[in-house]
Amino acid sequence: MSHEPRLLEVRKNVLKQNDVIARALRDRFRSQGTYVISLVSSPGAGKTTFLEKTLTLLRPHCRVAALVGDLATENDAIRLARSGAPVRQITTGTLCHLEAAMVEHSLNDWNLGQLDLLFIENVGNLVCPASYDLGEDLRLVLLSVTEGEDKPLKYPTIFNSADAAVITKIDLAAAVEFDDLTANANIQAVRPGMSVFKVSAKTGEGMDAFLQFLAQKHARSSQKTTV
Amino acid sequence: MHELSIAMSIVDMAQEEAERRNVRVEAVHLELGALSGVVKEALLFSFEIACDGTPLEGSRLVVKDVPIEVYCPACNLPKILASMQWFCCPDCGAQTAEVIHGKELVITALELKQ
Repeated sequence: MSHEPRLLEVRKNVLKQNDVIARALRDRFRSQGTYVISLVSSPGAGKTTFLEKTLTLLRPHCRVAALVGDLATENDAIRLARSGAPVRQITTGTLCHLEAAMVEHSLNDWNLGQLDLLFIENVGNLVCPASYDLGEDLRLVLLSVTEGEDKPLKYPTIFNSADAAVITKIDLAAAVEFDDLTANANIQAVRPGMSVFKVSAKTGEGMDAFLQFLAQKHARSSQKTTV
Repeated sequence: MHELSIAMSIVDMAQEEAERRNVRVEAVHLELGALSGVVKEALLFSFEIACDGTPLEGSRLVVKDVPIEVYCPACNLPKILASMQWFCCPDCGAQTAEVIHGKELVITALELKQ
């Protein structure tokens, strides 16, 4: 009489379906020469304003486009379209994050061969998007000065999953007594070595350094593809 | 909260596996990494809801927490992080971003009804 539970070994990655689609997307982006950047942050960190500025500054130099995820409205897509770049909204309904399948679906009739850079703005949320690979080359996590310096310590998972951090709204830093050194130390604590950019999309301050970084990343990735 | 959709995936995958092998499931065993982005309590709560009306109704989710294991370049060894707010070697203090384990979200076994 054994009361040992009978265990049937299986080993299945729960997010396998997403990861398979993300891998296929990454291969597709690479083969078409499109460099893909995703943006994650809490709601209100300034993703859309930052992206609008980025698209506007990049558009004279390269072919850019954006996908923007939101629960309900198309407001962000309308705002981003002012940059003149092609923009498409992914309305997620009640879903709090983007998944690779949504990206795949929204790209269906886009000619990636005509795009150098594609930005994917995730739904404002510092928790759920961390789990989902979207096939991006570079994940940016945004943190506004008004959110406080300890955000990285409160949400280490998403900061750890990102490749670079952008501190936004630095034109407000003095007013909210933002402590730059502490914020940077907290980012480095949860993701040692992460590049950090301080920008104001409103005044344009810091945008040059960020765009240079992006150009370098893009160039390095193109070299890898052609070698 | 994405735990409900993850719980639904777990139920679907477990059910598919059970049907294929013609067995009945008492519990689903899962490895959950501290860096998976999934909250254990929310997942356990969601699992019950996701099981409702399926052949897995009444089954349990048994979660094994997987701590964050990093590679320490100074000690040249894998180490378990003491805190996820501090990505550095618990022994020598060297910073490291090289994660070996902790992102798992894996069904490891089905516990079968006797």
